[in-house]
Amino acid sequence: MNQVNRLTGGQINRAKELNFRFDGRSFKGFEGDTLASALLANGERLMGRSFKYHRPRGVLTAGSEEPNALVELRQGNRQEPNTRATVAELFEGLEAKAQNAWPSLRFDAMAVNDRISNFLTAGFYYKTFMWPKPFWEKVYEPIIRKAAGLGSISFEDDPDLYDKGFLHCDLLIIGAGPTGLAAALTAGRCGARVILADEDFRMGGRLNAETLALGDASGSDWAAEAIAELASLDNVRLMTRTTVIGAFDHGIYGAVERVQDHLPQAQADKPRQILWRIYSRRAMLCAGAMERPIAFADNDRPGVMLASAVRSYVNRWAAAPAQEIVIFTNNDDGHRTAADLIAKGVKVPAVIDVRADAPAVAGAELLAGAEVIGTEGRLGLTSVTVRLANGQTRKIKCGSLAVSGGWNPNVHLTCHQRGRPHWNAELAAFVPGPELPSGMTVAGAANGQLSTAQALAGGASGAVAALGDLGTTAKAIDLPQTEDAPIALKPFWHVQGGKSRAWVDLQNDVTVKDVKLAHQENFVSVEHLKRYTTLGMATDQGKTSNMLGLAVMAELTGKSIPETGTTIFRPPYTPVPMGTMAGRATGKHFHPTRKTPSHHWAEEQGAVFTEVGDWLRAQWFPRQGETHWRQSVDREVLQTRKSVGVCDVTTLGKIDVQGKDAATFLNKVYANAFAKLPVGKVRYGLMLREDGIAYDDGTAARLAEDHFVVTTTTANAVLAYRNMEFARQCLWPDLDVQLISTTEAWAQYAVAGPNARKLLKKIVDADVDISNEGFPFMACGEITLCGGLRARLFRISFSGELAYEVAVPTRYGDALVRALMEAGEEFDVTPYGTEALGVMRIEKGHAAGNELNGTTTALNLGLGRMVSKKKDCIGNTLSERKGLSDAAGLRLVGFRPVKAQDPVTAGAHLMRASGEISADTDQGYITSACFSPNLGCSIGIGFLKDGANRMGEKLRAANPLEGSTVEVEVVSAHFIDPEGERLRA
Amino acid sequence: MMIDHPLLGLRDAQEFTYLGDASLIDRPDWQAEDAQDAFHDYLYLRDNPAGAHRELWFHETGDRSWLVVTRNTLTHEITKVELARDVARARGRSK
Repeated sequence: MNQVNRLTGGQINRAKELNFRFDGRSFKGFEGDTLASALLANGERLMGRSFKYHRPRGVLTAGSEEPNALVELRQGNRQEPNTRATVAELFEGLEAKAQNAWPSLRFDAMAVNDRISNFLTAGFYYKTFMWPKPFWEKVYEPIIRKAAGLGSISFEDDPDLYDKGFLHCDLLIIGAGPTGLAAALTAGRCGARVILADEDFRMGGRLNAETLALGDASGSDWAAEAIAELASLDNVRLMTRTTVIGAFDHGIYGAVERVQDHLPQAQADKPRQILWRIYSRRAMLCAGAMERPIAFADNDRPGVMLASAVRSYVNRWAAAPAQEIVIFTNNDDGHRTAADLIAKGVKVPAVIDVRADAPAVAGAELLAGAEVIGTEGRLGLTSVTVRLANGQTRKIKCGSLAVSGGWNPNVHLTCHQRGRPHWNAELAAFVPGPELPSGMTVAGAANGQLSTAQALAGGASGAVAALGDLGTTAKAIDLPQTEDAPIALKPFWHVQGGKSRAWVDLQNDVTVKDVKLAHQENFVSVEHLKRYTTLGMATDQGKTSNMLGLAVMAELTGKSIPETGTTIFRPPYTPVPMGTMAGRATGKHFHPTRKTPSHHWAEEQGAVFTEVGDWLRAQWFPRQGETHWRQSVDREVLQTRKSVGVCDVTTLGKIDVQGKDAATFLNKVYANAFAKLPVGKVRYGLMLREDGIAYDDGTAARLAEDHFVVTTTTANAVLAYRNMEFARQCLWPDLDVQLISTTEAWAQYAVAGPNARKLLKKIVDADVDISNEGFPFMACGEITLCGGLRARLFRISFSGELAYEVAVPTRYGDALVRALMEAGEEFDVTPYGTEALGVMRIEKGHAAGNELNGTTTALNLGLGRMVSKKKDCIGNTLSERKGLSDAAGLRLVGFRPVKAQDPVTAGAHLMRASGEISADTDQGYITSACFSPNLGCSIGIGFLKDGANRMGEKLRAANPLEGSTVEVEVVSAHFIDPEGERLRA
Repeated sequence: MMIDHPLLGLRDAQEFTYLGDASLIDRPDWQAEDAQDAFHDYLYLRDNPAGAHRELWFHETGDRSWLVVTRNTLTHEITKVELARDVARARGRSK
């Protein structure tokens, strides 16, 4: 197929012909084309089907604001829906599919919706699918989901790489049209660090799309020269294909750079897109303006386009949308399109201008005071019907209608910090309001300065002012002579009295009638109008329709447009792929993986791992022949209690506390007293929140008069440290105490079981006395082991056995676990994982995260007496509140099943032995449960009202979720060695 | 947002953890007659103004300073940044 509508000239590389496919057909285009320009050059106007009514649609614009020409780009796992053909750069082998059409773009079965459009008006979801209620989820929603939506996704993993990056600059310039280029030259020449970003792949903005001259050069040549100079400056960073998507606080901007979207084959080692965070000292919004359409009957046929877009296609891409193009305008700028078309040899049968006093057009018939009242052509425009000034109608044959309703400054980024645009009556458009994001100024067309001369001057003077703010004196560049036409426009939004629907929002199929209906139904606020009709939603966010919708609404309410309101713009400016937002934080990289020092060793043992926050911890160590996790866990528990076991406990938080006032400080952050703890001793400590609820527990070991090592639970390592720093800096700022987290500095192992001492004796150096007398229960000290390696030894026990925790610098952690296991061989030592750890602590009745659940106090935990009343500490005052100090309140107790084979389930609620099972009769709940291999039955611990006084009582543990109720007996939570003899052995 | 750390200069707000109203520095006297009520008010009654607000930020992935940041909650404009320790001392929290 040849390029029937390709003209001469343009900024395309005719030496490089490209093959591409659209909807299964092959075409040719040139380097420099977009998919849209190449299709137009090939005479293809039909590019998609509309969202709701499946109406045939063509391209409306030549930029990122495109509402209609959305296509699915690429195939397989790189398939990307809702890609705008207007910004998709053509490359060799590009494969695009039309969306929302079945079985084909030309014959779409769902177009039947268009015939029943009376039922599908504004708010039809809310009205139609209300009854019967259960039908919503099962019937209506699946059907709507299938029928609605535009593109489809592959459901395969995205193979591309995405990245994030950070940039800093003095001046960020958003948009590289005449304004942005003048600003960048002015700032760049004085040495400021400048970033110039533009969403297009060719900088220059409208200069590339117009035939205007700047001095002696054409606009595009002037732009090319400016870009070449900027590229030679080291202090200027040019970013093409980069859309600034949001203006955030304090001069921070988000930008998406499409690094590889334009390449046929992505390079695997490069990101496809980069999400940049740009830290700017000043920013200039030079984003230009967007032309807006006029609504009239059947204004959605392929071939009806914005006049400026027609000019872009003809001038920049040498692609004529049709052989005969009629103009429909309310302003002088529309006439420029006629002149450019005629210059390119395209026939202009008529210029229809709503102004009775419109100026004449050379080379085309002017129909002043006329309006387009209808269009014809099933899959593409064939003619327009015009109501002339004298009331007669006339049909004019054409393949395209170029519509200009005036220009809207691109104020979007000025609104991202809740700034509201202001109405400018002369332009009949919104311009940036006075409240701009800090550090931002607006120049050129984005600021309502619509002529080229104004744009250049605004850019240059804006840069001088922005740099002046930063204390740099910049000199505005010499400005070339160029077009400086005044605004000549008659506000005109939609043609009254057309027979068919007049479209306001092409992407969401919202018509003038829908806006009227919403108004009739009393939707007064524009925000409500938007949600009710879906006007301005989806990929284009109403860039070409919001203004029109607002104008229609204003007309209906009899108010002015500024009285009616405006919609606020939010980031992102254009759609951003989810992959770009995610960057590299996908899969395993979504969060970091923290491995314990014994990880590699545990892997060698075939350990099964579990995630504990970011940590991976060994859950159990299966041995040959074990087919069920319980076999492994039961063995680990029994073997530890019988002989000795080793467990990596490095993940517990460790906080080093040093200073003259260290003990005083710990007295304040722990509920229990620490001031009198002797050097060489460890004490269990409970931390409360200020509201009196217990939130963390651990141990504090006093290594010296002014040196403690505090441990926290794994989960609260970060929070406890944060709270301690808060106490140190904000509450007691003059205590002489320093804190540092040493969680990752020390590898720590629990060595537990009756043979723990014998095993350790083989490891510690000869002069270290770890006998029961020399190193009793709750002793701690700095020792050496394995021939001089410095280590810390704590005689503490979570399992209830004779136990130690031994810590060495992390880099020796792997060697130590191997040494421990080797030394333990003669005792048949077993490594144990988090499951066995959990079983043993439940058997011993130790509280853990399930018990410190954010609702329980020291009193509930049976630790009420620990809370010192003689000192100030965080949480003690409010822990005495009436509601928290009920003598008959919840207490931590143990539970055994009455029938030994019955399971005790964590989460089950406790009910009296007989009577109703309901929330009203609730006696408490079970927090932790496990099978105890030592007791040969399931056991649990939990909170029971007045629990300490109910030993031996039979209760029911109700589990309505799983439909079971088990009879349990209340027992002490200390199932194993309640006297603590083993610990002290 | 950017926070002008008194010791480190401008830092991205992402490095910080937010706590809230800086009145949390004014922890009541535990031995006062009305300690229960005072602690109740201290803990549960916080200001949340639309406008200038003094609030606590923790430089968690930085130097671990607690800061008192005066921030306009409507515009996010930050007008003052102090070390919380200095504020605490100025508010009489020295021993």
